Amino acid sequence: MGGLQIPLEHVLLIASCLFSCGLAGLMLRRNLIFMLMSLEVMLNSAALAFVAAGARWGQPDGQIIFLFILSIAAAEVAVGLGLVLQIQRRFKTLDMDQANRLRG
Amino acid sequence: MAVLWLIPFLPFLSATLMLLSAGRMPRYLSAWLGVGSIGLAAVCVALVARAYLADHQVQELTLWTWMSVDNFTPRIAFRVDGLTVVMMSVITGVGFLIHLYSVEFMWEDESICRYFAYMNLFVAAMLLLVMADNLLLLYLGWEGVGACSYLLVGFWYRDPDNGRAARKAFIVTRVGDTAMALGLFLLFTELGTLDIQPLMAAANDRWQIGDTLPILATALLLGGALGKSAQLPLHTWLPDAMAGPTPVSALIHAATMVTAGVYLIARLYELFLLAPPTLAVIAWIGLLTLLLAAFTALAQKDIKRILAYSTISQIGYMFLALGVGAFASSIFHLVTHAFFKALLFLAAGAVIHCLHHEHNIFRMGGLRTRLPVVFLSFLIGSAALAALPFSSGFFSKEGILLSAWTQPGIGPWLWAGGLLGALLTSIYSFRLVFIVFFGEAQTEPDRQPGWQMAIPLMVLCVLSLVGGWFVLPLSGVLPDPGHDPVSHWVEYISIGTPLLGLTVAYLLYLGRQVSIASLMASPAGAAVQSFWYGGARIDKLYDLLLVRPFTGLTHWWRNEPVDLLYNALVWMTRWGHGRLVVLQTGELRWYATSMVFGLLLLLAIVLRDSA
Amino acid sequence: MMESLFYGASAVALLATVAALTRANAAHALIYLIVSLLAVAVLFFLMGAPFAAALEIVVYAGAIMVLFVFVIMMLNLGEAGNSREREWLAPRKWIVPGILAGILLLELVLAVRHAPDNTSGVEVPPKMVGLTLFGPYVLAVEIASLLLLTGLVGAYHIGRRFIVRRDFSRPGDNS
Repeated sequence: MGGLQIPLEHVLLIASCLFSCGLAGLMLRRNLIFMLMSLEVMLNSAALAFVAAGARWGQPDGQIIFLFILSIAAAEVAVGLGLVLQIQRRFKTLDMDQANRLRG
Repeated sequence: MAVLWLIPFLPFLSATLMLLSAGRMPRYLSAWLGVGSIGLAAVCVALVARAYLADHQVQELTLWTWMSVDNFTPRIAFRVDGLTVVMMSVITGVGFLIHLYSVEFMWEDESICRYFAYMNLFVAAMLLLVMADNLLLLYLGWEGVGACSYLLVGFWYRDPDNGRAARKAFIVTRVGDTAMALGLFLLFTELGTLDIQPLMAAANDRWQIGDTLPILATALLLGGALGKSAQLPLHTWLPDAMAGPTPVSALIHAATMVTAGVYLIARLYELFLLAPPTLAVIAWIGLLTLLLAAFTALAQKDIKRILAYSTISQIGYMFLALGVGAFASSIFHLVTHAFFKALLFLAAGAVIHCLHHEHNIFRMGGLRTRLPVVFLSFLIGSAALAALPFSSGFFSKEGILLSAWTQPGIGPWLWAGGLLGALLTSIYSFRLVFIVFFGEAQTEPDRQPGWQMAIPLMVLCVLSLVGGWFVLPLSGVLPDPGHDPVSHWVEYISIGTPLLGLTVAYLLYLGRQVSIASLMASPAGAAVQSFWYGGARIDKLYDLLLVRPFTGLTHWWRNEPVDLLYNALVWMTRWGHGRLVVLQTGELRWYATSMVFGLLLLLAIVLRDSA
Repeated sequence: MMESLFYGASAVALLATVAALTRANAAHALIYLIVSLLAVAVLFFLMGAPFAAALEIVVYAGAIMVLFVFVIMMLNLGEAGNSREREWLAPRKWIVPGILAGILLLELVLAVRHAPDNTSGVEVPPKMVGLTLFGPYVLAVEIASLLLLTGLVGAYHIGRRFIVRRDFSRPGDNS
């Protein structure tokens, strides 16, 4: 498959764009499901940057970090979606601005 | 002697059992245990006393070494000589009678178990005090009786006044105890031991009569004795200590604990003989106290307070005797006083018990026919207190007065003062008898004392009558210089004074030859009466001189500058909390956005540095 | 050829992501998100990481997204939810997140501007990944396994129905 000659800068730019989009989504959306999706986007962009770096040096470490990010994402989604269910059951809404009982 | 250790251990064991039962022990069991343990201890004491009287052999028993630090090795050890035998007999004998009496007196109280626990603990501590062969163990007993006194004065703790009286008793005696502790430190640093016999030997070796160090040490020990024995200027706690149950007053505040100071001085007499100025001070303090307390007793209305002041006054006699070197006379008076004052207190308790807890003597009266047993007891007790001829008090007080008379130099003055005190004693004793038992009946008794009350009263009556003929086994233990034969008129005057007092009391309070009311009505009379009714205003004086400046200081210092700093810290934290709490919106998106702000800032810093 | 494929996949990924995060309907958003993930998988593949690409498709686009699908189906938000989402997506709500994300992008661009030379494009085969994973990284693997176990237990516990207790609920909420 060799021979792809893309400046690393471009890959990292794409990852930055994806990360910024995810962050904007996190700040924008009030629905907990969309917030979780935004988090997935952000994790994914970080994974892209790692894989790109691994590819630059021809080392497997980038992919290994991707694997760890994957497992973190899996665990996070499992717990997060459990919370989604529980919050929907308890508050009858997924609006995170209403689940603010921890306010000082 | 094998039973020796049982003597303090039995009361201690029963006290521990009762305390561990947390008040859930049945009444009967508490009473049996409480009285029985003292009874057994008394039997043990009787065995020990018989052995001692047979051969006059000092008995010693070392249980174990308390602690061992360098050359400081106090032991838990007992030493029983004639003085200790006398004290143990009084403590367990009178203590047993008072415990028996308490069964009836306290039967209706819900905390009877706690009562007997404290009483037994007290007896154990008191026995420890008199049996100890070193001063540290003595001090343990000394503090132990102080703690029990505190617990028992505040026995009915639901009334805040009783708690206040208990604290007062504890704190005032604490002043003296601190002095005593300092005295012990001084003795140990100077003589290197606290064991009583080696200590006195070392003191005799190392110090001359009139040296500064023995004077200082004895003065400090005297401080402890003054506090415990309620002598001027630390006597103010005793009248208030009457807040406790009456048998407690009889046992602790008349017969035993308050005489601990006398015991201490007698026990360390060799040390005190090295310090003639201290002895002179003791004599003068005794004289002053006995006169002041006698005057005060004349003006009181509360039956127990009268007896309390008379106790202070009688202990004043004992101090007077100690001061003139008549140690044996002092202990003799201690013993007879234990008999007749316990009798008086128990009789007063019976009156109070039968009259719905009435304390005011002017609301009694005419009880002669209504409570005949109590009347007889009170009459005998008062006769002994006033030292009417052939009562026990007569012999002991006579000895003291004659010893004072033969003291060179100041002797006649002390004698005259003591005589005036005897006159006053006689007047206030019979004032009490006449007001309470004669005249019109004010309050009807609702019951008669039962056998548990009557038997101790009867036994104490007998002891008060014949106690004067006892020969205490003190020869060889305490020096009693005795007194040279004195001219007969001195003796006649001593005998006649109480009779004169009796006559005066009769004229004033029974015969109504002189109207007390008209005397009291005059401004001067009223002023005098109120002066003495307030205990010579000494409480007020202390309040003004000590308590108020102290509380004022604490109030002022409560807002101390250092606190301001911490308060400012608290205030700033609160203020910051109020400001920062708005950031805690509880909104997830807000938190995320704030994190982004931080992230941007950090990235910007990194970029600026790398650029 | 592969360069154009790379830029094409990148464009798809970006567009699909933006679309996913601006949808009102959660199910639609999810489809766009899957598209985005698949496009990233293509990027992985092109960069010489076929193992990562496969995992991206199987685990990310497959397993994890399926979880989202399940939850969205269970919640059954419906049209009311969609209209409410639309209302929450009004343009003026975009201002602050947009600005912040823009600044972040700017800063990231500045940061990666001088990244060194090209990607090598050399394939890193799965075997090499596996050897490294269970060699130097074995401790991290154990930690990751522990994390997954924790996630499992946590999800099981949180998702249980009966932990709804009255004292947790709001006043007046009789669930």
